[in-house]
Amino acid sequence: MFKNDKISKIINGKRVIVKKPELLAPAGNLEKLKVAVHYGADAVFIGGQEYGLRSNADNFTLEEMAEGVRFASKYGAKIYVTTNIYAHNENIPGLEEYLQGLQEAGVHGIIVADPLIIETARRVAPKLEVHLSTQQSLTNWKAVQFWKEEGLERVVLARETSAEEIREIKEKVDIEIETFIHGAMCIAYSGRCVLSNHMTARDSNRGGCCQSCRWDYDLYKLEGDKEIPLFDENDDPFAMSPKDLNLIQSIPKMIELGIDSLKIEGRMKSIHYVATVVSVYRKVIDAYCADPDNFVIKKEWLDELDKCANRDTAPAFFEGVPGYKEQMFGVHSKKTTYDFVGLVLDYDKETKMVTLQQRNFFKPGDRVEFFGPEIENFTQVIEKIWDEDGNELDAARHPLQIVRFKVDREVFPYNMMRKGH
Amino acid sequence: MKKPELLVTPTSVAHIEELAQAGANAVLIGEQRYGLRLAGEFGREQIVEAMNVARKHGVKVYVAMNALFHNDKVDELSDYVRFLAEQEVDAIVFGDPAVLMTVREVAPHMKLHWNTETTATNWYACNYWGRKGAKRAVLAREINMEEIIEIKRHAEVEIEVQVHGMTCMFQSKRSLIGNYFEYQGKVMEIEKKKYEKGMFLYDKERDNKYPIFEDENGTHIMSPNDICIIDELEEMIDAEIDSFKIDGILHEPSYITEVTKKYRLAIDLCAEDREKYRQVKGDLLAEIEAIQPAHRPLDTGFFFKETVY
Repeated sequence: MFKNDKISKIINGKRVIVKKPELLAPAGNLEKLKVAVHYGADAVFIGGQEYGLRSNADNFTLEEMAEGVRFASKYGAKIYVTTNIYAHNENIPGLEEYLQGLQEAGVHGIIVADPLIIETARRVAPKLEVHLSTQQSLTNWKAVQFWKEEGLERVVLARETSAEEIREIKEKVDIEIETFIHGAMCIAYSGRCVLSNHMTARDSNRGGCCQSCRWDYDLYKLEGDKEIPLFDENDDPFAMSPKDLNLIQSIPKMIELGIDSLKIEGRMKSIHYVATVVSVYRKVIDAYCADPDNFVIKKEWLDELDKCANRDTAPAFFEGVPGYKEQMFGVHSKKTTYDFVGLVLDYDKETKMVTLQQRNFFKPGDRVEFFGPEIENFTQVIEKIWDEDGNELDAARHPLQIVRFKVDREVFPYNMMRKGH
Repeated sequence: MKKPELLVTPTSVAHIEELAQAGANAVLIGEQRYGLRLAGEFGREQIVEAMNVARKHGVKVYVAMNALFHNDKVDELSDYVRFLAEQEVDAIVFGDPAVLMTVREVAPHMKLHWNTETTATNWYACNYWGRKGAKRAVLAREINMEEIIEIKRHAEVEIEVQVHGMTCMFQSKRSLIGNYFEYQGKVMEIEKKKYEKGMFLYDKERDNKYPIFEDENGTHIMSPNDICIIDELEEMIDAEIDSFKIDGILHEPSYITEVTKKYRLAIDLCAEDREKYRQVKGDLLAEIEAIQPAHRPLDTGFFFKETVY
């Protein structure tokens, strides 16, 4: 393990971490932003209506961004906006107004790949911090040095960098470093893949990626005019689908390296996913920083991450170059083991009655689990369920329906209720 | 009328001689340790030889250093740049800013061409790299004719456009072919097998064949068709695009030479005798079609295609 006195100090005979990294979470809409902040994110990255890379996500209007900033500031959390397309000429008109709008909405920074957007932001919205996107595929310290000299506050490294490479970059260049810790990842160097452009005429570097890398292909070899299949009849086809990134075991090493921001991927993911992943990494970071030398990863944290995983996961490049075990063949996703079924709105300690918004079907007799930042996970069998007007229900059938039922232990607004399959 | 440079990728030193006679004005060479997806492998010795041949014919030599570098290669970049400066190559092609920084340090007068393959998509970015020291920008293949012309109109740097050959769609650091063989349990054969040439991925739904290969820079997947716009050069010549590139990667040298001859003729006619160009351009296209390998259909890339997002 790497140790550094800027990162930890001995206080009252015990080593503690004094440089705690930022936990950075994704949010596809305002509700997810609020959940991410409430569950412990120090910063949240969101997308606007333009210039971001997830044209399929809900994305935020400038008004929603301003509301997100106000909500986050109550928790001391920051908001960054992804503006990381590689622009074409036609994207230039409107850019200045958009960046000024972001500055007026009070967002702290933007995540950018194209020098057009970097320099335009400097000129028209100088209060915005500029972070270099992973779309630039930064893989060495000298390139990082270049961007520092260009005046950037932070760079997001390529997902292809290893722990040792990051250590050397940190040592040689004084700039904030952000790296991914969890979520889906490109199998190509980011920004260097245009499969989607060729296969579906959707521009991958402007948010149109159709994820062609998740499809199956057949591998052949051309010998003269003969096409020789490089697979047997029963083999799974050629695939290049990466397992999702999961660096929970590496968090201690990342903290000791002095990485400034630990980023969770997933602006398209559900609030259940965001809440679960954020709360687990919040616990890991806090526990390690409080007592690094007696820290162990708890099995319950690993189990918790598994409850919202929709693909198998692997540590990928941080821990060495990934091989076939870090890819998926035959199947490209897995069914989640838990459904998110309800969001707590209120709880009456006297009557032990919860008021909850339905998010998926449940009925009396179901065993459910509650989780949230204020509570330890617990399970409960649901007894009778009533609607808002006090009518007893045979099941909670309707999305967003408000229902009440008895929960033995205290729960808090934004706590979530999930159910195993 | 100003003629664009005709830039071609040779497969060997001997091939440079042939290409010069076929009408190439410049060649792009290099080795996979520093450059991406080259038609031939040119170590330092071959670069020295290539310079001799090229000088004799008045052909310019550009050397590719456009790989994405990890820390392990950063320290040796300056030695290679110094070597290239001593040989007086005409330009270094880069994508990674680490190369730009190195050139500033050890060979500040060396010309630089900015080429990341996929990210030169607007005129502002081209000029940005120009202000940082690049003399030329190599445009992304995924933009259309209208965008190319508009970039040229605003450009403060030379503009290079690929007019013929296959293009790269994907680069991964991972050993994707090797990983697949290993997954299949064919462990013993992998080391040599994964570097074999001639492999392709078949996409049933689109009935496309994508060439795929591995080298020191990872796994590369290439376009299913070869671009050919020999009959559509007028707009770009009128706009005074500075360089037309024929990329010969994964093609036979004789094919690359033949294609070079035809573009030489097309460019000369288009610039000097527009009527004649219009008369023969269809024939030139047909002549290239006639020598196309069976598995490599021609198309016009993104020149006349709209993409959405």
